[in-house]
Amino acid sequence: MLQVKKDPFHPKPSVTPYFKVAPQMKKPRLFLTKEQGRTILMQFLVMGGILWFCHLLFVNTQANLSARNIASGFGFLAYEAGMPISDALLPYTPADSYGYAFFIGVVNTLYVSAISIVLATLIGVMVGVARVSSNWLVAKLAEIYVEVLRNIPLLLILFFTYGVVLAALPAPRQSLHWGTGLFLNNRGIYFPRLIPETGFFMIPVAFVLGLIAAVILHRKAVDLRRKTGRALPSIRIGLALALGLPLLTSLLLGMPAELNMPVLQGFNFAGGAVIRPEFCALLIGLVLYTAAFIAENVRSGIQSVPRGQLDAAQALGLPNGLIMRRVVLPQALRVTIPATTNDYASLVKNSSLAVAIGYPDMVSVGGTIIGQNDQAIEIIVMWMAVYLFINLIISLAMNGLNARVQLIGR
Amino acid sequence: MNPAAAQKINIFIPRPNEAPPLDTAGPIGWIRQNLFNGKGNSLLTILALLFLLKTVPALLSWALFKATWVSGAACDATREGACWAFVVEKFRILMVGIYPSPHLWRPAVSFGLLATVVILTLFRLVSARTLAFLWFSLPLPLFWIINGGMGLAHVDQSLWGGLMLSMGLAVVGILFSLPLGILLALGRRSRMASVKALSIGIIELIRGVPLITILFMASVMLPLFLPKGVNINNLLRVQIGVILFSSAYIAEVIRGGLQAIPPGQMEAAVSTGLTHWQATRLVVLPQALRHVIPSIIGRCVALFKDTSLVIIVGLLDFLGMIKASTQDPEWLGYEAEAYVFCALVYWIICFSISRYGRSIEKNNAW
Repeated sequence: MLQVKKDPFHPKPSVTPYFKVAPQMKKPRLFLTKEQGRTILMQFLVMGGILWFCHLLFVNTQANLSARNIASGFGFLAYEAGMPISDALLPYTPADSYGYAFFIGVVNTLYVSAISIVLATLIGVMVGVARVSSNWLVAKLAEIYVEVLRNIPLLLILFFTYGVVLAALPAPRQSLHWGTGLFLNNRGIYFPRLIPETGFFMIPVAFVLGLIAAVILHRKAVDLRRKTGRALPSIRIGLALALGLPLLTSLLLGMPAELNMPVLQGFNFAGGAVIRPEFCALLIGLVLYTAAFIAENVRSGIQSVPRGQLDAAQALGLPNGLIMRRVVLPQALRVTIPATTNDYASLVKNSSLAVAIGYPDMVSVGGTIIGQNDQAIEIIVMWMAVYLFINLIISLAMNGLNARVQLIGR
Repeated sequence: MNPAAAQKINIFIPRPNEAPPLDTAGPIGWIRQNLFNGKGNSLLTILALLFLLKTVPALLSWALFKATWVSGAACDATREGACWAFVVEKFRILMVGIYPSPHLWRPAVSFGLLATVVILTLFRLVSARTLAFLWFSLPLPLFWIINGGMGLAHVDQSLWGGLMLSMGLAVVGILFSLPLGILLALGRRSRMASVKALSIGIIELIRGVPLITILFMASVMLPLFLPKGVNINNLLRVQIGVILFSSAYIAEVIRGGLQAIPPGQMEAAVSTGLTHWQATRLVVLPQALRHVIPSIIGRCVALFKDTSLVIIVGLLDFLGMIKASTQDPEWLGYEAEAYVFCALVYWIICFSISRYGRSIEKNNAW
């Protein structure tokens, strides 16, 4: 690819064409050629066919809807939902509207997808690296993991996790517990909840400020290293900044928050916060399943790095861990990222399997709405719009990342 | 040269090579080089061995040594091993659902037909053209045998289920989505703007949404689109959804194959006097399809796994029957056995198909 380098002596980069392209001679024609005519006719036929098909669908649908007394349009979104949602991240009551209930479902979909993507990437990279390990046993175990998980349906993994693994946990009275605040039983994981008091908002503010300071520091450190070769422990200082600043703030303000501990009352826990088994099962299933696919991408990425790179890094005397992190993985990304983009997109789509184990994601909430008022078309259109939008965001973000790791031709 | 000097000449006689040190060759050497090369790897090996020692014996004793294999009724409640008697008891329902028992030979014959075609394909016993003909004509006799009519007693589609249904949905899904996918892929590369836009729209819309929404659409929305008096049953609706879903993915696979064909092929074909359509059909497509056979086999695996989702719109396929049979009040508490068996069956089928695909890719066999 031709790249125009910035030249300090000629501030305006200019590219002089080596030759001039003669303007194309175009004969004005009165009649279309046979080929053009046929193309235009075909296109008219196609367009006409589509329009006629849409018209037919519309007429049929109208007739069917009125015959079954189903309303149409998005007016129902404002009506009271009247359905409970077991696992809402935002405050929700059955008195809220259908639109808000659907929105809660969308938030849940995004929430479980985002956490799953992060965890699946971590496990996937680990398994992918293990797959090419020089340790035979580790490589074989990783291969077994990948080959087993890739060849059974995700839904089966979800049913197994939800119906066998998590169902085997003890009842609330016999909870497994660590300390006084953390309990694990078949109703979920219970842990203390933070209740903010006045002035609490300062702590996240301090965290963000610390994070910004850390990023600036890291950039300066990288600059310094490039110029002088001196390396600053910028990551450690940055971490100290990002964590220390909020800690300091909370100490200065006198701990403006209270911990609400989960307590066993009767047959169940009260207080605290809980992660429900439905969420856990969905998370475990999505993470384990997608990690197997990501591991394969990582493996093929690592294997695409030329052997010479490894030899050169070893000749420099780099330790093995550093070779992996600084030499092999960054180059493996070029092959790994495009394939992984697809896997992220399928993960988000696969999160719709939540409906099978009762986690209230967007499909599950939408399905309940269809069951209540029969307005299937509207809900399905909303599902599709949200999924297409999420996929668009993922592919934009990953394409941006991809552009950064690809080789830049000079 | 005098004799005294001649005696001084040393004649080099090569000695046989010494055996390599014990720790670099043979099994010990292999272990040293592959399991204990370096501190980190030794630690990993020991951890992995501990993990295996913890899990494998327990798993084997549960699944094999302490398992109950045959039992008329529910297994002993205090059992320690798996109760495979559950799978034995439910085997029929898992395979064919509640297909009426006097007609059980029909699923068996269908399976035999499918197996015959699979064997013909695996061992390449007939020409590729015959194979294609066999595969594409397969759904018709299968449907006739399972469904009945024309001399055979009719078996209602609400009675179909189990592994038979999963396989049927997947086989018919792939076979029908191939021509549709080819059309969509060609449409996407068409020079006609409206055809191209339509194809891109369909492909990206279907690929952008989960299969569940398409199944919901097929099961709930499709009846609203049809004119009055036209009724198609749930199974067919779901099958249509599966075909549409699969064809969008197949289209992308085939587009990859079409892009791999150098444009010179088309130009050369057209310059011999073939029309554009003939050149596509006789020159470009055959080469493109040959390129993408491994990817299409990959799609078969994915689709077979995906058919398990039909449980959500109320069809009882293999996974559906597994789930349903764990809820039998006389056989409660055998979820682990049921799901492990289900995983085993899915795994054997999917793993063999993907291995077959990989071998084709490696040997460039078609």
